[in-house]
Amino acid sequence: MSQLSNVHPSVPRRPSPDELLDRVQAEERRARRGRLKVFLGYASRVGKSFRMLDEGRRRNERGEDVVVAAIQFPLTPDLEALMANIEYIPVLKESYAGKEYEVMDVASIFRRHPRVCLVDELARDNPPGSRNPKRWQDVDNILDQGISVITAINLQHIEEQQDEIQRITGKRPKETVPERFLRSADEVVLVDAAVDDMLQRSGSSEPVDVRRLSELRELALLLAADVIDGQLENYLRANGVALRWGSHERILVCMTPRSDAEAMLRSGRRNADRFHGSLLVCYVRQGALNAKDRAIMDANLALARELEADIQVLEGEDPIDAIIRLAREQKATQIFVGHSAPDPWKEFWSRSPVDRLIKAATEFDIRIFPHPQTS
Amino acid sequence: MSAADTLPSDSDTTPPQPRGRLKVFLGYAAGVGKTYQMLDEAQELRRKGVDVVVGYFESHGRQDTIAKTTNLELIPRRKTEYRGSIFEDMDVEAILRRKPCVCLVDEFAHTNVPGSARLKRWEDVQVLLAAGIDVFTTLNVQHLESLNDEVWRITGVRVRETVPDWVVDAADEVVLVDLTAEALQNRLHRGVVYTAEKAKRAMENFFTETNLTALREMALRHTAHEVEGRLSSVAAPARDACQTAARPPEPPARHDRILICLTERPSSAVLIRRGKRVADYLHADCLAVHVQRLAPSGPKIRYDALEKHLSFARNLHIETHVLRANDVARAIVDFARERNVTQIFLGRSSATNLFGGFCSTVHRVVRLARDREITVVAERLR
Repeated sequence: MSQLSNVHPSVPRRPSPDELLDRVQAEERRARRGRLKVFLGYASRVGKSFRMLDEGRRRNERGEDVVVAAIQFPLTPDLEALMANIEYIPVLKESYAGKEYEVMDVASIFRRHPRVCLVDELARDNPPGSRNPKRWQDVDNILDQGISVITAINLQHIEEQQDEIQRITGKRPKETVPERFLRSADEVVLVDAAVDDMLQRSGSSEPVDVRRLSELRELALLLAADVIDGQLENYLRANGVALRWGSHERILVCMTPRSDAEAMLRSGRRNADRFHGSLLVCYVRQGALNAKDRAIMDANLALARELEADIQVLEGEDPIDAIIRLAREQKATQIFVGHSAPDPWKEFWSRSPVDRLIKAATEFDIRIFPHPQTS
Repeated sequence: MSAADTLPSDSDTTPPQPRGRLKVFLGYAAGVGKTYQMLDEAQELRRKGVDVVVGYFESHGRQDTIAKTTNLELIPRRKTEYRGSIFEDMDVEAILRRKPCVCLVDEFAHTNVPGSARLKRWEDVQVLLAAGIDVFTTLNVQHLESLNDEVWRITGVRVRETVPDWVVDAADEVVLVDLTAEALQNRLHRGVVYTAEKAKRAMENFFTETNLTALREMALRHTAHEVEGRLSSVAAPARDACQTAARPPEPPARHDRILICLTERPSSAVLIRRGKRVADYLHADCLAVHVQRLAPSGPKIRYDALEKHLSFARNLHIETHVLRANDVARAIVDFARERNVTQIFLGRSSATNLFGGFCSTVHRVVRLARDREITVVAERLR
């Protein structure tokens, strides 16, 4: 089967009634639920617990009913000072199969029903037979009771980041939290610290540690940026505001069988990676392709998929119009197009398409790629 | 920019003064807590016995921030009279005389009072660093030169006080001071950041949730970019075969070289920032060229405007060239080939000539340089 037929044409879409209903129900559920705030750090000792307790202290001083439901003992003197005036609901110590566990006392928390609950070490596992297998699920239950939670988590415990974490550290933590839980938070705050300071705290100066920590730090910053990007989009959608320009690069590569798609795709991927942006690939279908062109397009699409591009196949009389419409819809910042191979008999696009695109698409950067036969 | 620019040369006979280290606390708006965190770290250093002073500090009347300066030595500000008013600024000479180990300098992007030794505070900081003093400073992401157009598009505000990116790239540490947009708005409501009246105006204009969130995302991404820039100088460890990423390996990276084609038109500033930003992200070299038409029939060039663009480019550490030729497009393409340029950046303003025809410079460059990548930069209007 041709790969072309696997790709669905993109149509600008409105939410279906079911989606709208889901959205309304989600909003209602959210209104009853407590608010979740997460302090995300890139390593242990970066200062997550400090930030969490400090916020608890400030809220407590402002008269909010705050309790600590889980914290790692022994406390450092500065953490102890922050906790001095906050009530603590002790964790339950349990052992199972020779392993010690600390389980949040969810029943006591429900009875006590504070306004805000501070929960350290979100990624902890509970022993078999507990209310929930994971601490983050306990937090989910607490939120459902209308109690707000402020919590802290290390990037290395995010489930979806495990491949990257293993690549960087060579280790795969056993206890993880799904990324969607992080993304469901009302607020995510990144706790940043200079790598040098982290090394000083651990007494190391090995280049390996510098690299490892820097890579983790970059990953955490980008994850936080991505979470915030999602929140911004939700906010804009909910408020019917259109943001014409986001703060990150979106590259749209326009493929034709006549241009050097491979060079454009690879460059697009590289640029998107360097800018931490996204890669979008489009192909405007115009009538049937001959067998040779079809084979070329299939190969191009396969490469686009391999490079993890978001692929859109457009139908349109006028490819230039279709491309500009898509670029606007997707908030593209750059459009990549290629010169066609010299072909005196048949130009794929009529009347110097590159010139027409330059003239028409004034609000995007247009990058024109050479064709290998001309160099 | 490369660290080599700021390092003392080896040929010096006297042992060079080791340069101070620069640490930047990067935020995205007033009130996120940059100064607070900077002071917090200074207090920790002081407790450890490090000789730390406050060279310049802007309290904005925030009580918790003022409390953080307790026990820290403050260098008195220098007072200057300008047009009948008294202005206060950082006293660089006094700091140099005092010669502390670490000096705190708030508001890195500040413009000095006219008549000061240097135009900008970041230039004062260079003097302190050259004297071997470590500097902690605060900066909001919107003051970075390369983000100026983007910030304007998102917020509608054209930030006037900017810092060239190479200055921040050369910093030893850039630390993000993060706060959610919501928490910042709460602070504004509670009157922590500004007085009630000013806070109200701020929230109606610049401090909207959309603006703040977009700026915050920008600050996170920019910090990631800074971290990545520093990573390239750290040796990559050997990796096990089993740890290779799922994605196909990138072909060996070629060396990019970007050429920005300047004109005297105002849009050249956008072109320079955009070209430089792409060059920085691709780790590419960056050149700029302006070609003057020899033919007497050509339009009269506004040399002052052109000179402004050329010096702006040089301030961003872009090598500039001015050529004279009859055929502008051909001169650009020849120069690009001669200098092994891989990508030519052109402004859109030159895409339409008097007759709006295809014989304009952009279209001719596209036609003549079918062997190079060409980027026609957008006219980004709000």
